[in-house]
Amino acid sequence: MKNVKNVSRRSFLKGLGLASGGLIIASGTTLFIGCEPKEVVEFNPNLFVQLNSDGNLILVASRSEMGQGVRTSLTSVIADEMEADWDRVSIKQAVGDVKYGDQNTDGSKSVRLLYEEMRKIGAATKAVLIAAAAKKWEVPASELKAENHFVISNSGKKIGFGELVEIAKTIEVPKDVVLKDPKDFKFIGKYLPSKDVENLSNGSAVFGLDKRLDNMKFAAIKRCPVTFGTVKSFDKTEALKIAGVIDVVEIPRVEKPFGPLGGVAVVATNTWAAFKGKEALKVEWDFGANANYDTEEYMKQITANVQKKGKVAKTVGNVDSAFKSATKTIESTYQLPHLVHTPMEVPNAVVWVQENTCEVWAPTQEPQRTRTEVSAFLETDEKNVTVNVTFLGGGFGRKSKPDYVVEAAAVSKAINAPVQVVWSREDDIQHGYYHTIAAQYMKGSLDKDGKVTGWLHRFALPSIASTFAPGTVDPAPFEAASATNVPFEIPNMQVETGEAPAHVRIGWMRSVINIPHGFAINVFADELANEAGVDPLEFRLNLIGSDRIEDTKNEYKYDTARLKHVLKQAAKNADWGKKLPEGHAMGLAVHYSFLSYVASVVEVSVVNNKVKVHNIHSVIDCGLAVNKNTITAQMEGAAIFGMSLAFYGKITAKDGAIEQTNFGDYQMLRMPQAPNIHIEIVENNEKPTGVGEPGVPVIAPAIVNAIFKATGNRYRTLPLKDYKLV
Amino acid sequence: MTKLKINGETHTIDVDPDMPLLWAIRDIIGFTGTKFGCGKGFCGACMVLMNGNAVNSCQLPVSAVGDNELITVEGQTENLQLLQKSWAEHNVPQCGFCQSGQLITATALLNGNSNPSDEDINNAMVRNICRCGTYPRIKKAINHSVELKNKG
Ligand code: FES
Ligand code: FES
Repeated sequence: MKNVKNVSRRSFLKGLGLASGGLIIASGTTLFIGCEPKEVVEFNPNLFVQLNSDGNLILVASRSEMGQGVRTSLTSVIADEMEADWDRVSIKQAVGDVKYGDQNTDGSKSVRLLYEEMRKIGAATKAVLIAAAAKKWEVPASELKAENHFVISNSGKKIGFGELVEIAKTIEVPKDVVLKDPKDFKFIGKYLPSKDVENLSNGSAVFGLDKRLDNMKFAAIKRCPVTFGTVKSFDKTEALKIAGVIDVVEIPRVEKPFGPLGGVAVVATNTWAAFKGKEALKVEWDFGANANYDTEEYMKQITANVQKKGKVAKTVGNVDSAFKSATKTIESTYQLPHLVHTPMEVPNAVVWVQENTCEVWAPTQEPQRTRTEVSAFLETDEKNVTVNVTFLGGGFGRKSKPDYVVEAAAVSKAINAPVQVVWSREDDIQHGYYHTIAAQYMKGSLDKDGKVTGWLHRFALPSIASTFAPGTVDPAPFEAASATNVPFEIPNMQVETGEAPAHVRIGWMRSVINIPHGFAINVFADELANEAGVDPLEFRLNLIGSDRIEDTKNEYKYDTARLKHVLKQAAKNADWGKKLPEGHAMGLAVHYSFLSYVASVVEVSVVNNKVKVHNIHSVIDCGLAVNKNTITAQMEGAAIFGMSLAFYGKITAKDGAIEQTNFGDYQMLRMPQAPNIHIEIVENNEKPTGVGEPGVPVIAPAIVNAIFKATGNRYRTLPLKDYKLV
Repeated sequence: MTKLKINGETHTIDVDPDMPLLWAIRDIIGFTGTKFGCGKGFCGACMVLMNGNAVNSCQLPVSAVGDNELITVEGQTENLQLLQKSWAEHNVPQCGFCQSGQLITATALLNGNSNPSDEDINNAMVRNICRCGTYPRIKKAINHSVELKNKG
């Protein structure tokens, strides 16, 4: 009998849309056991909270989960203010809809922008529940408090949240709420495990790639090897001979920043047939304007650009006269290649275009933009398009760009059936949005006491702005900021930019412009320290100089004392200056990005010209640490991500086509190379700031600085595999 | 017709004998816990156990499986379940996409070696990429499982 009841109750829940979709985790659900099913009443004080009369609490995550733990972090803030029992909480992923506010999950800003909001939502819900109990017991609310999913009175009476639902529905949600004293936080600031850890370890979490629909087809798309090249003609005969291939359709190029590149789609009954069909397909291309893109030549060109005066982005004092009167000047040029995101889950999307509606299931960092782009493509109103957000198997910025979802909409429309478009790893590496390629020239001067008197930073790199405004050759202001905001107390400083046209789609990748700038600034500072004959730690602290607030023109202050603090802590944790085994050395880097302060000290050894990283000590000050578990994980992951790009990261183009194909020639760090990683999170109650990205930029320069210390060789271009060091 | 023994059940499917096991599992039989990461044997996202050993299912045609017993991440086997517990204990997954493969490789390691050294762990796990960088936690979780196992 019990089983029968369970089934009927499940279908009841399904009717409410609660048991479908795979993103709901029915943790702690005991409502089916025993007694007759009783109608569950819902209380929805706002978009993010649903409290059921059985006590189950469903909290909505409006941001996309890609491994940064945002589903847990955001909902735990609501639960904390609500005094909810975390075991009664399940998380529901929001669809893409403006009613949830901004859902764009990039720029390390979900917690930063939503923390206060989520607290208020939790506090308001708690206030309603207390008011409901006050009404029921006819006592003043001031005699009541909420604790662990109950409202409790001074006299010791106790009632569960769920039992208050009926009355709560009659009470107006207050606008002004009292927030908890941070010292009473139960989840915020703790090492709270992810709610999703089990689903993510037993194969049950539904990623985009795992979405299945009845009658769903699979499609692979052949795209032009040269960016923005177009289809001249194609011959589908051989493709159609592959067992399982159903159809071959042309996909238009949509000339928008997130428009599909265009190409020819092979539709099949399974992914493998689609891949094979794509291989068999013959396409004639018109390669277009980027057919001569050659990154080796291009690097020479932008390197030449930074040897001559560029456009001035910032100037303080007079660098020219500083250089003239200096005791010593040094110059260095740094070259960094294109990179690509390679999230573990390739771009993919399921789309079903029907007569008047369209439903999307996609691993997307930007559900609202996805909705806008898909409805624009289908020439339909946004209200006809539903965007369901699945788990993302990594994003790193790639999945902010919904070109792959629009592709699936195009295929579904063409074949009149639901379809999953799957990129191969080769597609992902060869048709992405690339992290920029950068040449940077630095010049510095020292006086007779070894003090830095002049600092010139000149860079040329194709801009992300070129993806939005084709033809752009200058960096956008945000791409200069991480060079112009360098907080060094140097009397004469100048930042200049050179021109750099783009020949591939340039996009943001985890840490974005902070990767090249963080590299050049940190390595050059180390070179100056060496010229001055001063220990790099002491030298860097002196460069940062006095405690002060730099003008960031926003509400978050750039505090040099916090910057120095993370550096000192990283050095202390690594025992900077201690005696190391033969061939070992330490290097450091410090960088401010996404409003957070990060320093890393790495210990390397170089033996027989092979580098091994033994230890990384990173320290982050990201204001109030909302979830220390995920922050630590993000910092560990950032260290590995930084090592991957330092060791192996290099995308090259020849005759307009990307040369790398898969993880064999675009390598990732693997477990044997992973060092011991030690993370410290600075304790404070400042506003929360970015976490996902700021841990990355310091890693490569710290490694290069350590290698210099160990060997006397200065590596100014990456990756290190080009020097056969790894 | 091809017969595949997966997680203790036999599935009969009608596919091209060259179809890699990965796609037969994911697209034909419908177990999606086993992941596609590269399709070329580089990343380990597609690992399954075949007679207790970890194999890249993207590299194995269904015709080569024969009678061998397959276990995917959805399956039940002692070491896998033990590791899954340790994975939770150490909060291993970030995005989670690589973790099925990581768990299967780790299960095969423990199947063949009840007390792996650090080097044994590295040698086994080198086959699996984690782009999110969960290696330190994976290592801790494996060691934790080994401890639990050896405690009895
Ligand atoms: S998908 Fe099989 S090894 Fe990568
Ligand atoms: S957890 Fe994301 S790739 Fe490993």
